[in-house]
Amino acid sequence: MDQRGHILIEDVVKVYDPLGAAVMAVDHCSLEIEPGEICMIVGPSGCGKTTLLNAIAGFHEITSGRIVMDGEVLCSTERPKATPGPDRIVVFQNGALFPWKTNLQNVVFGPVMQGKLARREAIDKGRAMLADAGLSGVEHDYPGEVSSGMRRRVEIVRALMNDPKALLLDEPYRALDSLTKSVMHEALLEIYYKNKVTIFFITHDLEEAIFLGHRVAIMTTRPCKPKKILNVDIPHPRDYGVLTSKRFRELIEETNDAVHEEALKAFQAGEKEG
Amino acid sequence: MEALPGAPQAGETSRLGLTMFRVALWLKSPRPYLMLIGFALFLGFWYLAVEVWKLPRFREMPGLTSVVREWLSPSPTYGLSIYSAEYYQHIAMSVWRVAQAFFLATALGVPVGLLLGWSRRFKEYVFPVFETLRPIPILAWVPLAIVMFIATESAVVYLAFLSSFFATALNTMLGVQSIDESYVRAANCLGASRWQVFRHVVVPGALPFIFTGLQISIGVSWFSLVAAEMVSGQYGLGYIIWTSYVMVRYPTIVIGMVTLGLVGYTTSAMVRIAGDYLMEWRVRELALAER
Repeated sequence: MDQRGHILIEDVVKVYDPLGAAVMAVDHCSLEIEPGEICMIVGPSGCGKTTLLNAIAGFHEITSGRIVMDGEVLCSTERPKATPGPDRIVVFQNGALFPWKTNLQNVVFGPVMQGKLARREAIDKGRAMLADAGLSGVEHDYPGEVSSGMRRRVEIVRALMNDPKALLLDEPYRALDSLTKSVMHEALLEIYYKNKVTIFFITHDLEEAIFLGHRVAIMTTRPCKPKKILNVDIPHPRDYGVLTSKRFRELIEETNDAVHEEALKAFQAGEKEG
Repeated sequence: MEALPGAPQAGETSRLGLTMFRVALWLKSPRPYLMLIGFALFLGFWYLAVEVWKLPRFREMPGLTSVVREWLSPSPTYGLSIYSAEYYQHIAMSVWRVAQAFFLATALGVPVGLLLGWSRRFKEYVFPVFETLRPIPILAWVPLAIVMFIATESAVVYLAFLSSFFATALNTMLGVQSIDESYVRAANCLGASRWQVFRHVVVPGALPFIFTGLQISIGVSWFSLVAAEMVSGQYGLGYIIWTSYVMVRYPTIVIGMVTLGLVGYTTSAMVRIAGDYLMEWRVRELALAER
């Protein structure tokens, strides 16, 4: 396995301070993600898992602790905010393809902005990668003209154009219906088998987590830290047959209680989702 | 996605093809005919109220037929019709003034609005002053404008500019603020510099609001121009309306008003077309939403 995309989260604490009342969103959270691993983060809405993702991506400061990727300190107590960059690219919950650019223009955005590729080369590479993902037909459409499932795939291609070490996915399939979702899962795995990046994937859907992940980290709700880490011993490559397998059901049963317990806590705390 | 028969296929549509398709769709819908009925009802009421029923409040008003007759007459009673060169001089003068005011307001208002939305520091300096000046009605500016600009011409343009500027700058600022944070974050992830984010995310993201602002801007520009022309000026549609009132040429007042409506509508439509041209992505999205 490729040795890039090792993420080490050490003792990360994040305290929000709205209106002077300190709210602990992440509490001494430690987690090690192996290069090329699909690590699924499961927790109820509003549990603080997105805060963790924002810290890795560099959108938010952390209060203390540190996050290291491939030996490089992204953020720490001394330098609390990482700098966002093309080595870890976020795929957003509601999608963030630029609606004013065509799908192809979106895909070439990264390399062209960084000056890594000339426009012509970027377009050739973008075309090839879109074709590879079965998206040739929508090159010149605007994102608003294609289905939401396709938009997500284009967004992942846009990220992969930069040859990132890690993809950070923030509930990317939350808004999709379950049938589209199942297609998206297989498409994501197919892309993953070709590109082998580290995937940090946030979700509240336990089935999704077990189907996709090498490991599933079930998080406690506010403050957020790993409650239980599950090794999914179903071999990759996987396809939808897995969903009906005995082992898959066993793993669900093994973890369902833990997830449900946290969901109940989150519900009783009545935190606003976000 | 279900395609209508004859609908242009996504991705291979020319701009002209898209426009033709939309026009055809419009003609097939009941909308143009409802519009005609609306006009007919309005004009019919005017005709009946003034010339047939002679309702108390309407008796002194110029009637539909006398206005139309005057407007289309080669030798108009009060000297102004589509055959008189003077009519077009007045139109040209007003259009020229609005054009100067509108372009100046756009050239200044869009950058100021972008800065207001983009830089918190700049906003803290400027916005309170901006918000204090903005509610002052344009007529309240007339005396100062005349004092400031000795020439009436620049005073009139200045007044039309002022209200346009506020509309454009405010909407542009709101446009920048409306941009979803995740677009900026995505651009940062993809390695865009601050300037590239501004150029590729902030400006195009604010464009729909900017064009809403420009639509309002051209409207208020006409509004304040006419007010200014009534107070001071020797040419223009506002001037016609006011002098015709003073000289008791009632049909000419209405000719001036209708002309204003038509010219104003045309300029506003031109702004909208320019917006559609720059935001093809949005036209397509809205066209899909209509299906």
